[in-house]
Amino acid sequence: MSKKRKKEIEEKPYHKPLVKKRKPNRSIAGDVALYLFLALVAVIMVFPIVYAVSSALKPLDELFMFPPRIFPRNPTINNFADLFVTLGKSWVTFSRYLFNTVFITAVGTAGHLILASMAAFVLAKYDFPGGKVFFKLVTIAMMFSYYVTGIPNYILINKLGWVDTYWAIIIPAFASPMGLFLMKQFMEGLPTALIEAAKIDGANEWKVFFQIVMPNVKPAWMTLIIFSVQGLWNNRASTYIYSEEKKTLVFALGQIQAGGIARTGQGAAVLVVVMIVPIIIFIFSESQILETMASSGLKD
Amino acid sequence: MKEKQDGYLKKYFQLRRHNAKVAWKKMKMSKNCYIFLAPYAILFTMFFIFPVVASIYFSFTYYNILEPPKFLGLNNYISLLLEDDIFLIGIKNTLIIAVVTGPLGYIMSFLFAWLINELPRWVRSVAVVVFYAPSIAGNCYVIFSVFFRGDAYGYVNAALMNLGIIDNPIYWFTDPKWMLPVCMLVILWMSLGQGFLSFVAGLQGVDRSMYEAGYMDGIKNRWQELWFITLPSMKPMLMFGAVMSITQAFGVCDVTMQLCGYPSTDYAARTIVTHLFDYGFSRFEMGYACAIATILFLMMILTNKVIQSLLRRVGT
Repeated sequence: MSKKRKKEIEEKPYHKPLVKKRKPNRSIAGDVALYLFLALVAVIMVFPIVYAVSSALKPLDELFMFPPRIFPRNPTINNFADLFVTLGKSWVTFSRYLFNTVFITAVGTAGHLILASMAAFVLAKYDFPGGKVFFKLVTIAMMFSYYVTGIPNYILINKLGWVDTYWAIIIPAFASPMGLFLMKQFMEGLPTALIEAAKIDGANEWKVFFQIVMPNVKPAWMTLIIFSVQGLWNNRASTYIYSEEKKTLVFALGQIQAGGIARTGQGAAVLVVVMIVPIIIFIFSESQILETMASSGLKD
Repeated sequence: MKEKQDGYLKKYFQLRRHNAKVAWKKMKMSKNCYIFLAPYAILFTMFFIFPVVASIYFSFTYYNILEPPKFLGLNNYISLLLEDDIFLIGIKNTLIIAVVTGPLGYIMSFLFAWLINELPRWVRSVAVVVFYAPSIAGNCYVIFSVFFRGDAYGYVNAALMNLGIIDNPIYWFTDPKWMLPVCMLVILWMSLGQGFLSFVAGLQGVDRSMYEAGYMDGIKNRWQELWFITLPSMKPMLMFGAVMSITQAFGVCDVTMQLCGYPSTDYAARTIVTHLFDYGFSRFEMGYACAIATILFLMMILTNKVIQSLLRRVGT
């Protein structure tokens, strides 16, 4: 760096204020109080999660120490290793539970992404009879919790012969209304001119969809993926699947915890495995998700 | 007079026919749209529309999967509302949970979204993760059963006993007095969900020039700014958040079942959904369970209508 430039910087230091452009109608005392409050709540929110992670890293003698420590003195990954070692000997191994959950989540999310984006594309960009009514139904369906529709779903899946297969969880997940809703709202922001230009160039609907629309709505992909993963990863699936070797991780978690005091460490470890995946996906895709959620509003 | 009426009728039918023709033509023209929509629409109808219709139908019958449904009329509803004491406990608990955690969770979602909106960019992204994490952490709430363990070694009990507030440990998850409050605490902890994300995103999108105009017009503090500028421009997100909150508030069952057991002592933590689960998947009285589902469904739709009309008045 030249001396001149250095001098220039010293004379005019690049100073970034902590809070950019204070708004004129704010009191400093109010700001401080609010931020203190916010910090306090943040600690409360995050404490159980930190505690769960730290107890998964504790060796057995520290797990039962009283009074407890928040952070382990001799952190160990034995609990995670035990998941594979001790549970590796039981007739349904831990890796099998893990595989089930990963499989259900991956297939369910992929199918949901494709089907929901296709439907969202035409609902957002074309005006055709029945489209508006269908979308209205989807917004109402967002309110159904899993259990409200559970019984007829069970009867239907039973009739289809899907009970005790992965499809009982995967196929209904394809049609989850939340993903379609977010995707459609986001696609409405896409300029129509883009699609029309492609059409003039001779592209048909499929080409427009796969080459123009989908690459342009990547933020919405991530959002759809995180919500779908969140739902499927935590699926207990205990009503549809009864063979032990097809059950999911969350179900195994319940069983390990029921295994008594000797399994406490492993229970904590599974808890971490279950919760860490959605959180990590969220951390890496946060900005895209927020971009999508900006168009999530429900208009009347 | 008669002729005139006939004329009107004729014209009306002519118009209808014409409209139908136009619609038919439009449908033919947008064939591709239907092809795109079809896979999703078929599955959606199968797993979301059909269940609701079937639920309403089965709610008038006795059905146990093995035998064909027997028509019962309104009997299921009558015995639900008049004879089933446990269901009434369920309704009471669900309403208590919904009335407390629904609005409180909703307000919390908005409040925190609004407060972190003014933080510098990187602090804000960390804050969003911190506040949102509990609701995506899945089963992490079972950790609360360690904190609130019923003996003197439960952390909360130990802390309260050391402080001299209580003498004997409280059985948080088996004492009917304490089950609901503790569960509500856990539900509130998890309540910053999709609505919260929507609010965070929506607040970023509020037009800055509106605030500048507000300062000129003499908006004095942050609360006035909130009511007169921020809230009105956030209405669509507020509606979305409300739908999410209602779904969450009325659908409570996982938390109570995991923490308080199933069935819980004296049914003190029974909710409508737990009751539905009991009859549907343990006793296989599908007709009865469908009647419960229908009641729950009606409650949710009604609440949604009321909330939406309330939200329309925000900022006026």
